[in-house]
Amino acid sequence: MSLELEPERQTTPDAASVSPDRASREQGDIEPAVPDPDRPPPAGSWRHRHLLDVDALSWADISLVLRTTDAMHEVLRRPIAKVPALRGTNVTILFYEASTRTRVSFEVAAKNLSADVVNIAAASSSVSKGESLVDTIRTIEALGARMLVMRHATSGAPYLAAEHFSGHVLNGGDGWHAHPTQALLDLYTMREALGGRAGDSGPGGRPADRFLAGRKVVILGDILHSRVARSNLWTLTAAGADLWVCGPTTLLRGFDGWARRGVGGSSDRRFTVTSDVDAALRDADVVMALRIQRERMEGGLLPSLREYAARFGLTRERLASARPDAIVMHPGPMNEGVEIAPDVASGSHSVITDQVTNGVAVRMALLYLLAGSAGGSSGPAGSTASSSHD
Amino acid sequence: MTGRTIMTADEIRRAIVRISHELVEKQAGTGGLVLVGIQRRGVPLARRLADAVEEHEGVRLAVGALDITFYRDDLSLVAAQPIVKGTDLPFDLNGATVVLVDDVLYTGRTIRAAMDALVDFGRPQAIRLAVLVDRGHRELPIRADHVGKNVPTSREEVVRVHLLEIDGADDVAIERRVEAPLAGAVG
Repeated sequence: MSLELEPERQTTPDAASVSPDRASREQGDIEPAVPDPDRPPPAGSWRHRHLLDVDALSWADISLVLRTTDAMHEVLRRPIAKVPALRGTNVTILFYEASTRTRVSFEVAAKNLSADVVNIAAASSSVSKGESLVDTIRTIEALGARMLVMRHATSGAPYLAAEHFSGHVLNGGDGWHAHPTQALLDLYTMREALGGRAGDSGPGGRPADRFLAGRKVVILGDILHSRVARSNLWTLTAAGADLWVCGPTTLLRGFDGWARRGVGGSSDRRFTVTSDVDAALRDADVVMALRIQRERMEGGLLPSLREYAARFGLTRERLASARPDAIVMHPGPMNEGVEIAPDVASGSHSVITDQVTNGVAVRMALLYLLAGSAGGSSGPAGSTASSSHD
Repeated sequence: MTGRTIMTADEIRRAIVRISHELVEKQAGTGGLVLVGIQRRGVPLARRLADAVEEHEGVRLAVGALDITFYRDDLSLVAAQPIVKGTDLPFDLNGATVVLVDDVLYTGRTIRAAMDALVDFGRPQAIRLAVLVDRGHRELPIRADHVGKNVPTSREEVVRVHLLEIDGADDVAIERRVEAPLAGAVG
């Protein structure tokens, strides 16, 4: 990671953005944490109380998450990979769907920040006795939860939770809808793998922070049921990627129209939808294979897993048409031999284990940033505090 | 807001040269010494100290950067999370004599946080503190070993250090806070 010794682009250059920051700065020591409603928040600061989906994040917000993740990565490399930033904060993890990777990743992230972690598996809680979601949220809050990490099979469930919870809600995946932390860790992994590469930028170069400009990114597999794909569409088009979405036509239903309109209705955020694997993979920089979600397959969408593997599976032969330095990603868990061949999953192009490590760092960054935003006991909404120690 | 200059560029330069001599004298040499600047303005100050020591001793001391954000005692009180600048300690702290470097020493809470952070990286033989300005009003039992300038201040005043590397010019100014004094500020 790099240290910022030069004036920061985000916070310093012009007088207009400097003055509120300067005026509130108590140099040389930790500043009094007294919010002043008359001052705008310092440039580059975090304003979101919840993380429900990436569609609410601006590119500046996403950049802040990535930079904060750099700092968390450094923490993970320390001999004692633990800092006291969230000491005394109760983080409750409420998962209504089976998960190991995401749940453990959130748990490790929260513990690395010294938070107190409470784990609730819905199957063994009062939920199985018929308690409603809202009652469960109120109970968890009464038990002291200040941050709630939630996964639910119903799209939109975390939004309902956010309406009834006074703290911060992080969406750990809801139905087919969104999986924001996965999209952000995928973006971080691409930045790590591709960001440093010599760019093929035109004259003047591309804007440094839209680091996927000119990069071909392919999402391959069960797009229809994938919250990972939906959230990734937002972040990848925001980062400027030449995005291709590829799978059997039955698993691309509805994406054609979205691709034409562009993500968020923005014409410069269009993407390509195709069932032609070879066209999609040609000269790709990033290939992300998605799991065939057998538990969400209604009858008739796929003839058989075997046929899917033969026509769409990511094999070494297919990958050969991508760029020689392409990276292969998969959000896990993998069906090896179905959507991805075992030798590709563990091959030299694979950054799948990096995704897992980056997931912890990204979730640390998000827990840290959300904990400081208005909500819970942390101060009135819209209030601000000075940007930092400097 | 009217500012009064209390250190000029030349005075800052002389203070750094003097402290660089004090560091070597106190250590009886440069053996085991490492410099750790506290983000942000402590970092360029630590580099300047290393430059000054190199000039008269011919030895380049290792310089690290420490971000104390995660160790602040007021994180739960601020409404927007401070931006993390990053820690980089490219040396083994075990057995080293660490000189923490910061621009202003005030309540002492930053230094408390910095010491907590440092001991998570290892067990230094000793931790010392060098600051450009000591403005008083300590809230913790902490003192500096090396001080560029002692400046009596009131709590209603703000000390601003500007450094070439960050602000484009070198000087230290003292200003009166515009808003009403804060009762029971956490500082």
